[in-house]
Amino acid sequence: MPRREIISGNWAFAEAMRQINPDVVAAYPITPSTDIPMKFAEFVANGKVDTNFVTVESEHSAITACVTAAAAGARVMTASSANGVALMHEIFPIAAFFRNPIVFGLVNRSLGAPINIHCDHSDSMGERDAGWVHLYCEDAQEAYDSAILAVRLAEHKDILSPVFVCQDGFITSHSFEAVSMLDDETVKSFVGERDADLPLLDVDNPVTYGSFAMSEYYFEIKRQQVEAHRNVLKHYDSVARDYESVSGRFYPKLDKYRTDDADFIVVVMSSASGVVKDVVDELREKGVKAGCLRIRMFRPFPAADVAEVLGKAKAVAVLDRALSIGGTAPLSAEVKSALYDAGAHVPLQSCVYGLGGRDFFPQHAMEIFADLQKGNIRAEERYIGLLE
Amino acid sequence: MKKEMNSAEMARPKKWQDVPMAGVAFGASAEAVETGQWRSIRPVWDSEKCISCLLCWNQCPDRAILTDENGKVSGIDLFFCKGCGICAHVCPKDAIEMKPEADFPSDSGSR
Repeated sequence: MPRREIISGNWAFAEAMRQINPDVVAAYPITPSTDIPMKFAEFVANGKVDTNFVTVESEHSAITACVTAAAAGARVMTASSANGVALMHEIFPIAAFFRNPIVFGLVNRSLGAPINIHCDHSDSMGERDAGWVHLYCEDAQEAYDSAILAVRLAEHKDILSPVFVCQDGFITSHSFEAVSMLDDETVKSFVGERDADLPLLDVDNPVTYGSFAMSEYYFEIKRQQVEAHRNVLKHYDSVARDYESVSGRFYPKLDKYRTDDADFIVVVMSSASGVVKDVVDELREKGVKAGCLRIRMFRPFPAADVAEVLGKAKAVAVLDRALSIGGTAPLSAEVKSALYDAGAHVPLQSCVYGLGGRDFFPQHAMEIFADLQKGNIRAEERYIGLLE
Repeated sequence: MKKEMNSAEMARPKKWQDVPMAGVAFGASAEAVETGQWRSIRPVWDSEKCISCLLCWNQCPDRAILTDENGKVSGIDLFFCKGCGICAHVCPKDAIEMKPEADFPSDSGSR
């Protein structure tokens, strides 16, 4: 029977993993994602899953074990955060290149140094170009649903790409909230069995993974990965609609909150969008045409759709929870690029907020909207909540 | 179940779409690759001196030492031999001598 329980974002993700019952999980714990492998280890110890749970000595080994298991034909999941993610960096492009449909619970935490356990998006943004799909979740419910949906997305024959399911460290991962969960049978039939292409364990049709590809073919194989990400944009909605048909919940690539007639739009990802949406409601009551565009899918970036939402606005602010020191913050860069391609010259304020877990309050969102209304927009990025 | 090998998968791809996904190499495809082109020195085998101890066969990294139906050394497969010289080095009877490829201008040694 479907259930509704008060659980955290991490437990919600772990519960989805139990129901998915992957063949292999290789993980090494790091705050704030530790709960995911911890909870999953309980399921393994209590016989609730059939998973081969591989405990390793580092994140680098964890993701390497995931890659080899996925190449062998297994359905594979894992989780990590922050510097653990950074240690995996070398292997991420290999997973994407091998077309390993790994589903990864990425619990966003600031990259050290200075060492800090709280949320920002500097860890996942460092993996922006690794060839993985990036989904950013607003709450625990979405993290649960996205884990299940991502299995089908990753294993889609025209896609075959690994997927990061991101949620905000502590804010989402450790906060307890009501989450509706499907019954086990529904999840089992939704994800089905993995039907791997070119698995290493198909001994009748042997293949070698990891062979040399020099200047003759490296480029061509990368082009295939580009096509796979174009196919994500093409097929995502049908997978999300399939998920809606079993869950009643639909997650679009872009969460457009009161943007249809909006003059002033704030673009944001993950948990902070809850604050922005609340402020949008307040401003709407005062007659201000405010809106919030939450980017759920960051890779591939749905650029044309983003430009369509923002193109007619009078002013836009983009909120990044990561820096690109010496350049444009990652989400801002994407949004500006999308608008340029669409020929839309919308006044745009880049804002960086929430680094190292700095709180983002409704008053901050209010001030950002007030500046947009006043036309107080600068070329330099602004730092929200910075001591200055 | 063994699938039929698609000849396009084995041939030189002309378009990015035709390159095998994930850059995989299909089973036994290395047998079609002429690594003998890399060779700068060539093993020359002397059947008179050879006692078929199979040290060379055992140590050859390219499976280039040929044997007959009785398991005796019968020659060297120059299509694969990269000319590393291990066979000549391990031979207890000096039955294999490494000679410069320049000594064989008209004969690549390949099939």
